[in-house]
Amino acid sequence: MSILVYLEQAAGKIKKTSLEAVSFAYALADKTGEGPVVALALGTLDANELAAVGQAGAAKVLHASDERLNAGVIQAHASAVAQAFESLGAKTLILAKSSLGDAVAARLAIKLQAGLVSNVVELPNLDAGFVVKRSIYTGKAFAQTTITTDNKILAIKKNAIDQKVDGAAAVVEAFEVAIPAADFASIITSTDRSTGEVLLPEADIVVSGGRGMKGPENWGMIEDLAKTLGAATGCSKPVSDIGWRPHHEHVGQTGVKVAPTLYIAVGISGAIQHLAGVNSSKCIVVINKDPEAPFFKAADYGIVGDAFEIVPQLTAALKADQ
Amino acid sequence: MKILVCITHVPDTTSKIQFTANNTKFDTTGVQFIIGPYDDYALARAVELRDQTGGTLTALNVGEVETEPTLRKALAIGADDAIRVNAFPKDSYFVSKQIAHFAKEGGYDLIFMGRESIDFNGGMVHGMVGELLGMPSFSPVMKLELEGTTVKMAREIEGGKEYLEAQLPLIAGCQEPIAEWKIPNMRGIMSARTKPLLVVEPISQDTQAEASSYQLPPAKGSVKLVDKDHVSELVRLLKNEAKVL
Repeated sequence: MSILVYLEQAAGKIKKTSLEAVSFAYALADKTGEGPVVALALGTLDANELAAVGQAGAAKVLHASDERLNAGVIQAHASAVAQAFESLGAKTLILAKSSLGDAVAARLAIKLQAGLVSNVVELPNLDAGFVVKRSIYTGKAFAQTTITTDNKILAIKKNAIDQKVDGAAAVVEAFEVAIPAADFASIITSTDRSTGEVLLPEADIVVSGGRGMKGPENWGMIEDLAKTLGAATGCSKPVSDIGWRPHHEHVGQTGVKVAPTLYIAVGISGAIQHLAGVNSSKCIVVINKDPEAPFFKAADYGIVGDAFEIVPQLTAALKADQ
Repeated sequence: MKILVCITHVPDTTSKIQFTANNTKFDTTGVQFIIGPYDDYALARAVELRDQTGGTLTALNVGEVETEPTLRKALAIGADDAIRVNAFPKDSYFVSKQIAHFAKEGGYDLIFMGRESIDFNGGMVHGMVGELLGMPSFSPVMKLELEGTTVKMAREIEGGKEYLEAQLPLIAGCQEPIAEWKIPNMRGIMSARTKPLLVVEPISQDTQAEASSYQLPPAKGSVKLVDKDHVSELVRLLKNEAKVL
């Protein structure tokens, strides 16, 4: 039986987190003996971009090219995915957790009468029912959750699985969707998105600065380090509260939760609310002049010293190494 | 204008998370419960809009009797009345069914809640209620203004914002900076004691995905400190030991 994956795009590019969802579906199909993995892409996308979804593990990509779907119109996307799910006779839908993915998944849980689990961190255990491990309490614990419905939806947390890159090109098929006009009643009037940078929630490496940076004028060295690493930049809550950095860079309990491979915290003391946003990181590096900063207890590597000296040295050392 | 705000009753953000009963129950020992921080933003904006439109504001919680102080706090902050659906919130679907039922009965124009609860972090209830009621739902909403029956919103997306216009009725999952948190004043606290708090029984027991057991992450090993005069050593460790570069 087909496993469906809902793909998200931004400006004609399939998101990396969606490709991870495809690889998750591929591994799930392998485990349950289901398959093939079919991905649904919405809006304007070129043929090469669609076929490349195969590398992550999809056998087929359904493409609903209606350009009204380029934007993340929540209800319209939910209707399109429901139609694909029903026409395939699929029982399982996989998608990446994101601001759009969550919103679409929640509506689909009702449309498809499907048990939905979000923040999924690994493949389900099928020994006794369909048991999914998910992150709860903002990364401070995990819950084993049993889905009891026939139809199932899993929203995957970043880094739940390594993205597969060696699959064959996918077969791309046009998919006609009939979306009710009411789904387009809410209008996205404009989008204000930082371009050309690595997006924080999706980044493999994140460099964050805190109050120890002393002012927004000193962010150049954070940006240089991030650029050298191909990383996104983040900040602590006080920094976004004072307005040194925009709100969408605030990492923490009530901000963005990140799960990068490498998280570098500069001049951040490590309040419990900040740690909640980063505790899913694979490796944490802390640079702080206060050896008693609580962040060191949550770190894998640390340097005690002045960020204004260490950060430029680190950037230089990384450049020398490249 | 009738506004509903849905409130979660969750452990304070500084709580130590532990489990009991063979890892099947959350350990409430020494834990202080609060209105969910995102719900607090939703409540604050709801109070402002109620004052602006001269409407009514109802706070709703799905929870057992111990959540009543949390609902009373919502009344102290400014809700006019409250509803407690007398049930343990078993999963997002269960909670959404209750909210959708009582929201429909009340005929609300605007339904507010936090973007997610900070215990289970599902972020699903607004979308589920929206689909159950056939209303549009938006989350995470960081700005919301009313112009007649048109609602102008900003929604946070990865790396930026999206600006939207929609018509009432609708559902918004909120986050900062939609409004400043409101702290109850003495008059609010006094009047909250006598404001109506209706207790109703759940309309169904259906669930789809209940948690059965819990676990804590493995303990973190101790930090490896690198001397500040040998920064290049850090690069070597990240590359060869942690293998993250």
